[in-house]
Amino acid sequence: MMGNLLEHMGVDRDRLHFSWISSAEATKFVDVVKEISDKVRALGTTKKFAKDYTK
Amino acid sequence: MDTCIEKIKAICTDLLANGEVEKVIGFAGGSIPMATRPIAVTSEADVEKLVFNAFCGLNLANYVSKNNLPKNGAKIAVVAKGCDARNLVTHMVENQVPREKVFIIGVPCTGMVDKRMIAQRFEDEITQCTQDGDTLTVTSALQQEVIAKKDVLRHNCQYCTHRNPPVYDVMSGDPVEEQILDQPFPDVDHIASMDPETRWDHFAELTKNCIRCYACRNACPLCYCPTCFVDESSPQWVGKGQDKTDITTFHFLRAFHCAGRCTDCGACVEACPMGINVRDFTRKLNKDALDLFGWEAGMDLDRRPPLDVYSPDDPDDFIK
Repeated sequence: MMGNLLEHMGVDRDRLHFSWISSAEATKFVDVVKEISDKVRALGTTKKFAKDYTK
Repeated sequence: MDTCIEKIKAICTDLLANGEVEKVIGFAGGSIPMATRPIAVTSEADVEKLVFNAFCGLNLANYVSKNNLPKNGAKIAVVAKGCDARNLVTHMVENQVPREKVFIIGVPCTGMVDKRMIAQRFEDEITQCTQDGDTLTVTSALQQEVIAKKDVLRHNCQYCTHRNPPVYDVMSGDPVEEQILDQPFPDVDHIASMDPETRWDHFAELTKNCIRCYACRNACPLCYCPTCFVDESSPQWVGKGQDKTDITTFHFLRAFHCAGRCTDCGACVEACPMGINVRDFTRKLNKDALDLFGWEAGMDLDRRPPLDVYSPDDPDDFIK
């Protein structure tokens, strides 16, 4: 429901990821983090929910 | 509905006379036209102060908490519309208030009016407003208008499907007919039909006048945390200023704290001094609670809320 609300507010769904990873699944954790990083990198810098500290 | 008030007064007089309740929480007349205020009546002499009309837009469940329950065996009585009663049930389900401490005086409700919608029809300040059944006579220095209540109903009341309290101790009138809606969430569907950038702009435009007064939170019966996340300073979850990111974060999180709990009573919007329809956030959650879990908050004392229990049938396609 949180993801749905964020998406409803216009946040890109690819920026939010839910996974179930056991503490014993180190390789899965690495894979998931890699996958998310790649996805978000491809999307570029967001202006949503990001404070502009240059002002 | 206007006949209800005599019955409400009679019930309250009885309850206070026989000592069953310590106080009755109801509505009293306000100091300006089209306003009411919450009142705690503790003596029979004050029962006359109670009113019930088309301007009782706040949610009285907000004035019942575990901190103000009578210490002795007495109860606290609440004059409850459908939504107020549902929020009382939510209090009980969340173990804030025991059922046996609250006496629910149910009021069949035909909806409350949107004061801003009425004010828009006038160029100058409204000086008087009287209600006669389903019509309102509104007067200002320049004009007088007779308005049908159904034409100026609040948006949440237009789409209300639980006008009668689902749980009560006594009803103050005959139940009113419940509405059956083909499209219960047209406003949410409308926003969902936009593209992501337009949706983001919609919410940015919606909250741009927010002054962070937290009236929406204070009016909400769901917000009973001793320290709200916005007031916490260690850690400070969200900035306190007018930065638009902080404002968006506040509204997003405030809404999400109401997930699966909101009864769409409209008290948040009623309380907002800037006229922001903060229900645009909570309505999406209400729609999802209904679509994903078949859940409407505050209908049943025995069913646990969807975000409170695990079921193997819970939707989990978002977990990758």
